[in-house]
Amino acid sequence: MGMTMTEKILARASDRDQVRPGDLVLAKVDFAMGHDLTIPPAGKIMREQMGADQVWDPERVAVVQDHFQPAKDIASAALGRMTREFARDMGIKWYFEVGQGGICHTVLPERGLVLPGELVVGADSHSCTYGALNNFATGIGSTDLACVMALGELWFRVPETLKFVYHNRLGDWVEGKDLILHVIGTIGVDGARSKAMEHTGEALKHMDMEARLTMTNMAIEAGAKNGIMGHDEVTEAYLRGRAARPYSPVSSDPDAAYEQVLEFDAETVPITLAKPMSPDNTAPIGEVAGTRLDQVFIGSCTNSRITDLRKAARILDGRRVAPGLRLIVTPSSHEVARLAEREGLIRIFLDAGGAWTTATCGACLGGHQGVLGEGEVCLSTTNRNFPGRMGDPKALVYLANPAVAAASAVTGEITHPEDVVRAPVAV
Amino acid sequence: MTAATVLRGRAWTFGDNVDTDQVIPAKYAIYSLDERKLGEHAMEGVPGNDGGWSQRIAPGDIMVAGSNFGCGSSREIAPIAIRGAGVSCVIADSFARIFFRNSINLGYPILQSPHAAEAVEEGDELEVDLEEGVIRNFTRGDVYEAEPFPQFMTDLMRMGGLVPWVRKRLEEQRSGGHPAPPHPASQANQPGRAEGGGQ
Repeated sequence: MGMTMTEKILARASDRDQVRPGDLVLAKVDFAMGHDLTIPPAGKIMREQMGADQVWDPERVAVVQDHFQPAKDIASAALGRMTREFARDMGIKWYFEVGQGGICHTVLPERGLVLPGELVVGADSHSCTYGALNNFATGIGSTDLACVMALGELWFRVPETLKFVYHNRLGDWVEGKDLILHVIGTIGVDGARSKAMEHTGEALKHMDMEARLTMTNMAIEAGAKNGIMGHDEVTEAYLRGRAARPYSPVSSDPDAAYEQVLEFDAETVPITLAKPMSPDNTAPIGEVAGTRLDQVFIGSCTNSRITDLRKAARILDGRRVAPGLRLIVTPSSHEVARLAEREGLIRIFLDAGGAWTTATCGACLGGHQGVLGEGEVCLSTTNRNFPGRMGDPKALVYLANPAVAAASAVTGEITHPEDVVRAPVAV
Repeated sequence: MTAATVLRGRAWTFGDNVDTDQVIPAKYAIYSLDERKLGEHAMEGVPGNDGGWSQRIAPGDIMVAGSNFGCGSSREIAPIAIRGAGVSCVIADSFARIFFRNSINLGYPILQSPHAAEAVEEGDELEVDLEEGVIRNFTRGDVYEAEPFPQFMTDLMRMGGLVPWVRKRLEEQRSGGHPAPPHPASQANQPGRAEGGGQ
């Protein structure tokens, strides 16, 4: 019996010839990540409770200051300091200070730290993002991370794999975000609970790495353990000049066993939004167009990479944010911010009347720089819109792609990008 | 560490897909290292719940939730906040993966029982026998079975979670001995294990 790519990685990492869904394995971890909310507890558990005084391999751990940093209040400053001191004491090679990294899930791929064939864990649920680079990547808790940092290994249950096949190509204005929202809307927020989502098919060939990362990023919104894609020329082009280590790509065997194969015609997938208060509460844009908005947020590990900002800037160029609405643009990394500066995108956002912030998770998790008040309505390029995610439990959040976000910022209501692009630019 | 294996308390019920932002809103992550403080704010993000939910909990009370409980973020402070509020265990139709892992790793008792999740009403008097995997509802005179977890996970919960497991492994590495703590691979391929149980 053949194996899926997820099974192959778990088999290799646990030093076994074969694994199958349901097996429990103790697997060696290739790379681990923690941030300013998860390193303080993990470091304390590792040192004070587990009794480990060093991490298993300081070159295979990343520590990123991103969630509540730059410190949003005094308590966050304390967490930032604990995170900083832990990285220093442990000699962590991949420590990303404020102003030098950004959101962990953008920083790790762009620095070539998460590679094909590897087993990667991160103490953050969106660690599944890395799977677009042909690795097994999953989110873990702080005690898990403490275990990994102490021993370099962790227990896993081998997941069943759901195979998603996307035929044809996505239409105009339809992006990776729309496709993954469409999938989540179809299978539900627990539709892939604890399972692997393997994305395949013609549509992926035409998607850049950034769009692919958006898709694997939201595996967790379907409850999945990991999202994974094959290795191809897009992967190779992205990793050229970035990869920090040699790597070995994996592919699924032709006779691999899938729990289910789900097929989609990418060509017929509409621009898709998630309505409040769940990522699976999806609707085509026609159904929600005209919804009045208080805030538009372009940010997060889901949709604030350079390609996302280019799409938003293209629409905002020469236009203004609607009166009564605020636009907040938060690049997902320092590197993205540098590129945006070089390409003149920041000036476009500023000229349009948008707020440009430093790279941070920020408003996505209701942390800072855009927290919502009671009854406010926000359109966001982020990943989750459960009650209270971005602030008050009674705030309403719509999830969408960056072009829809930019178009909606111009009109003040949910708007198809085509409607804004077609309208003449005011002189 | 040996914890009580029979728990008694009143039921507090919740619906499907309660995510970690409802269990403990992200703004309280600044109290990551203070279980009591986290407990004060447990379930505060559930729409309609005021801030006083945890004050009404008597130590030992039991949470009973629907499917996919604890979905969303990886924050380990979700089970810690519930424990900090005084809840002795969580029963659900099903658990989201990371909440499930975190609870096992903390040695915090959780039980998967669709029957209990469906039948139990708020305020019911419950008794949970962790060894037997049985939930008794004294208010309704019902008995519900919990789905068994794989042996390795049950062992981890019993020994108090991942911390003692890692301690043991580190001690053995230092003394150059051979690994002895329960190894998940030795429990693999067990027939009849609950498919939905291990995450």
